[in-house]
Amino acid sequence: MHEMSLCEGIRRIVDQAAAAPDINRVYKVRLEIGRFAGVEKEALSFAWQVVMRGSKAEGADLEMIDLPGKATCFDCVKTVEISDRLDPCPDCGGGRLLPEGGDEMRIKDMEVQ
Amino acid sequence: MCTVCGCGDGKVEGHDHHHHHHHGDHHHHHGGDMHYGQGAAGVSVPGMSQDRLIEIETGILSQNDAYAAANRKRLADAGCYTVNLVSSPGSGKTTLLCATIRSMDGPVAVIEGDQQTTNDADRIRETGAPAVQVNTGKGCHLDGHMVGHALDHFALEDGTTVFIENVGNLVCPAAFDLGEDAKVAILSVTEGEDKPLKYPDMFTASRLALLNKVDLAPYCDVDLDLYEANLKRVNPLIEVIRISAKTGEGLNRWIAWLNAEARAKSIKQAAE
Repeated sequence: MHEMSLCEGIRRIVDQAAAAPDINRVYKVRLEIGRFAGVEKEALSFAWQVVMRGSKAEGADLEMIDLPGKATCFDCVKTVEISDRLDPCPDCGGGRLLPEGGDEMRIKDMEVQ
Repeated sequence: MCTVCGCGDGKVEGHDHHHHHHHGDHHHHHGGDMHYGQGAAGVSVPGMSQDRLIEIETGILSQNDAYAAANRKRLADAGCYTVNLVSSPGSGKTTLLCATIRSMDGPVAVIEGDQQTTNDADRIRETGAPAVQVNTGKGCHLDGHMVGHALDHFALEDGTTVFIENVGNLVCPAAFDLGEDAKVAILSVTEGEDKPLKYPDMFTASRLALLNKVDLAPYCDVDLDLYEANLKRVNPLIEVIRISAKTGEGLNRWIAWLNAEARAKSIKQAAE
């Protein structure tokens, strides 16, 4: 997708959150990424190394927590969890599903020294 | 380069963009709440030292979302209805937009997004409509910040339909809210019936799909019903209009859709 842009956004937020003078270094940042967020994790990890250079979070670990993909099935009208965007409904086998979660991209927290 | 906020390579044509705003003291407000130093406030994370954990809980795109919200309010206050036109490159967005503008009665304003050149804005201006070109440089999508600057160039009157022609790309623009009322995806019949399955996010985010270049369907050995079935598979709520900028087929339905949406918006606004 645009992982470099996303990392720029993360850096801006992390820089703000770590601006206090008593924070010397950020050593871990945890993200919550929905299954349907369209984020390529490997690309994000790569961009992370590059984008965070020169910040308090240079060299910090980036942990990504998966959030499940949820969708409403238009055949059985249930909310179901699916792992792939094009999966059929696990309940009725229907193929018309509308995602209703799983597009989250959030910075959850970070560990600092 | 910062393609999220638009400062960097992105430029609005005819507009000197010399970083007169700075990330630290920007006039836009930050949308997400940030909570500092609340490590002990009921958070328990195994393996993490509590007193050195900073909760953030902020969306990665929160800055863009704040710009988009500001644009949305500004456009609503001005009495405008706004569509974000998304598609792959070469689907016929600009040609369709020119044909649409020629057939519309009310005022329009157009923001053209591309990586380079002012070709598309020049084509729009030939129809008599005001247009601003935003060249993103290396960026793969328009964002809320760029669109906010582009809006400065128009004198928006009540009842204006604002078209934002996004960068031709079926991936990234899906995630970036610009402040539009609806995303409209343009898909041409030469692209293959499985395009919605290959790029589901964009079609899920769109309210309407314009199946363009239907005049070419007889020569392309395509199944238009299969296009529609695949669109409905990734988004059961999506509306579909078969259209041709060349023959004018479907153009009236598309304009009627725009007018109905704009009317519904103004009725809703008046009720609030």
